[in-house]
Amino acid sequence: MSETTPHQPDAVKFNIQIGDTLTHNVKPLLHEIKHALDKLIETGKSTIIDLRSIPLAPGEEEKILNTLGQGEVQAQLNALGLSEITETQYAGVWIVTHYNDEQHVISRFIEVTTMPEILCSQTEDVMEAYSRLTLDLADT
Amino acid sequence: MTNNKDKTLGETLRSQGISRRSFLKYCAATASMMALSPAMIPKIAHALESARRPSVIWLSFQECTGCTESLTRAHTATIESLIFDAISLDYHHTLQAASGHAAEEAREAAMKENFGKYLLVVDGSIPMDNPGYSTIAGISNYDMLMESAKGAAAIIAVGTCATYGGIPHANPNPTGAVSVGDLIKDKPIINVPGCPPIPVVITGVLTHFLTFGTIPELDHIGRPKVFYGQSIHDRCYRRPFYDKGLFAETFDDEGAKKGWCLYKLGCKGPTTYNACATTKWNDGTSWPIEAGHPCLGCSEPDFWDGGGFYKSLSMPTENIAQTAVYAAAGAVAAGVALGAMNKSKKNSAAKAHNKTTIDDLEK
Amino acid sequence: MNEIEFLSWVRGQGFQIAVIIFIAGVIIRFAEILLLGRKANIAEAKGSEMSGGMRTIVSRSFPDKNTFQRSTFTVVAGYIFHIGLFVTIFLFAPHILMFKDVIGFGWPSLPTPIVDAMAVVTIIALLAVLTHRMRDTVLKFITTKEDYLVWMLTILPLITGYMAFHRIGMTAPTLLAIHILSVELLLVVFPFTKLMHAFTFALSRWYNGAISGYRGVQS
Repeated sequence: MSETTPHQPDAVKFNIQIGDTLTHNVKPLLHEIKHALDKLIETGKSTIIDLRSIPLAPGEEEKILNTLGQGEVQAQLNALGLSEITETQYAGVWIVTHYNDEQHVISRFIEVTTMPEILCSQTEDVMEAYSRLTLDLADT
Repeated sequence: MTNNKDKTLGETLRSQGISRRSFLKYCAATASMMALSPAMIPKIAHALESARRPSVIWLSFQECTGCTESLTRAHTATIESLIFDAISLDYHHTLQAASGHAAEEAREAAMKENFGKYLLVVDGSIPMDNPGYSTIAGISNYDMLMESAKGAAAIIAVGTCATYGGIPHANPNPTGAVSVGDLIKDKPIINVPGCPPIPVVITGVLTHFLTFGTIPELDHIGRPKVFYGQSIHDRCYRRPFYDKGLFAETFDDEGAKKGWCLYKLGCKGPTTYNACATTKWNDGTSWPIEAGHPCLGCSEPDFWDGGGFYKSLSMPTENIAQTAVYAAAGAVAAGVALGAMNKSKKNSAAKAHNKTTIDDLEK
Repeated sequence: MNEIEFLSWVRGQGFQIAVIIFIAGVIIRFAEILLLGRKANIAEAKGSEMSGGMRTIVSRSFPDKNTFQRSTFTVVAGYIFHIGLFVTIFLFAPHILMFKDVIGFGWPSLPTPIVDAMAVVTIIALLAVLTHRMRDTVLKFITTKEDYLVWMLTILPLITGYMAFHRIGMTAPTLLAIHILSVELLLVVFPFTKLMHAFTFALSRWYNGAISGYRGVQS
């Protein structure tokens, strides 16, 4: 272990290597994503996996995110704090991370879909936009 | 304020200029918080749209305010503030601005106005030995609980003290502390134990009631199954070490540094049901076992009397060595006495024995 | 009584009661056996009692050829479940912790998966010996109620322990409490049934060996 993370103070350097071999949740999760992709191809149905519902060892979430990597799309949403929507290197597999005002992650989902629902303009908002634009035009 | 009470949550949010997209984000976070499947998000959205602001009365009895501290540190700040916009917290000693008569009047007014509909939240246990051990505005905890429970739609007992008696109830229980469930039998009670409970578990239960207007599915000791359905042990990321038999023997040995199982250091994870392993604490940073400390079992009844936090589950709680020595000493004495009795019996039997001679046989 | 109170009781008072009965029972039985004494043998000694006795304690642990051929099953299955009981009771890490707490010292444990497998093998061996006993007319005839009771109390801790480890069927505190309770039942009846052979085997083998040794014959 010659590499050290710069942020880590020396006093609390534990040799925890669990993520590599021991917790058995990383592989099954990746398989679950594969099945979800298959379902998306076959039936067009999307799948959402809540990362908080899975017990993960320190470093495992990073491992999952690293494995999935970065794809072509990165979007940001400003609604009740920031949200990041990223397509991974596997098209159709998205990571949706919601933050609160204090930049804390409040939830993180893996969505297997052609387009995460939250990116689409919502009917209610479109209707509201229509009436607002109508009003704005009437004003000018 | 009064206006808001008649509005549905959907209307309240829209009047605050919150977009549908924000609302969906809120619902997604809510589903995650309530430990519900993401497939439930549309249902949550629909239910929340039409949910109405319930009045909440929060009573604190024999407690340390840790539960409220925990709640106010619920890390989903934005979402949380929405929930508090969505409920009407009409009485809470620690959080309310009013004091004295005004505070008690607020409680009475909320009870009268929302009779049969308000949500009663209780933290702390109730002393039954002497009502004077804990009073609020001169009213004993017992009287205040019974009075406030009458018109409640449901009661949420927050923290191990309110749910199972907790620390005040610990041996020898000097105040005669009892739990809410010990006193109230005719109302639905949701137990949210923990010392303190995980913040998002408290808000998750509140949100469930707010969203669906119902009580979540409870286990055999009144805890919502979504949060308390699985044991710490079953969801622990150190479980593979337990299965392999790799244990930390002390807090600073190689095993501890390698993050091995803490069973031998007294971990109560195998018999404790709570959501720590997945929800974690402090903005999802970590949780006791990840920090290298065994689980204390704080969400279980009588966790304070379980024979010591650092005594493993397989160890007896009493001083068995001493018991064994006393038993052995007594038994040696008894054994010698019995042996002597048997011996004298044997001797007298031998003496009483008549010898058979040839003459006898010829008779 | 809720499940946690149940668990506290079996770990506390219940365990105490069981240990008192077990220790006192075993000591009293021993005192009775030893203090009863034997009649002085007035025949002339043709060999050493001690060496014959000590040798037999060890030699009877290995079946002679004839016995083995006559009842292969009983010997093999008997060996398996006795070794299995030894491993599961004395080499499982949580059990060693318990011994360490009571007697002040511990010893190394076997890896948990090995103990787990041994528990299964032991349960199977115990089921096999019972089946054998029921199907053999003579064995069945000489079997007493006590034999069935002892068999039951021996297999129960194994089954409940297996269930507690794998968390099958009930909540974890209940499973653990039932497992500890089953062991306490075993401890309580131990001194008053044939389970005492775990201690008395040495005495009886010694007597057998000593008698032969005194006569100067092979035991």
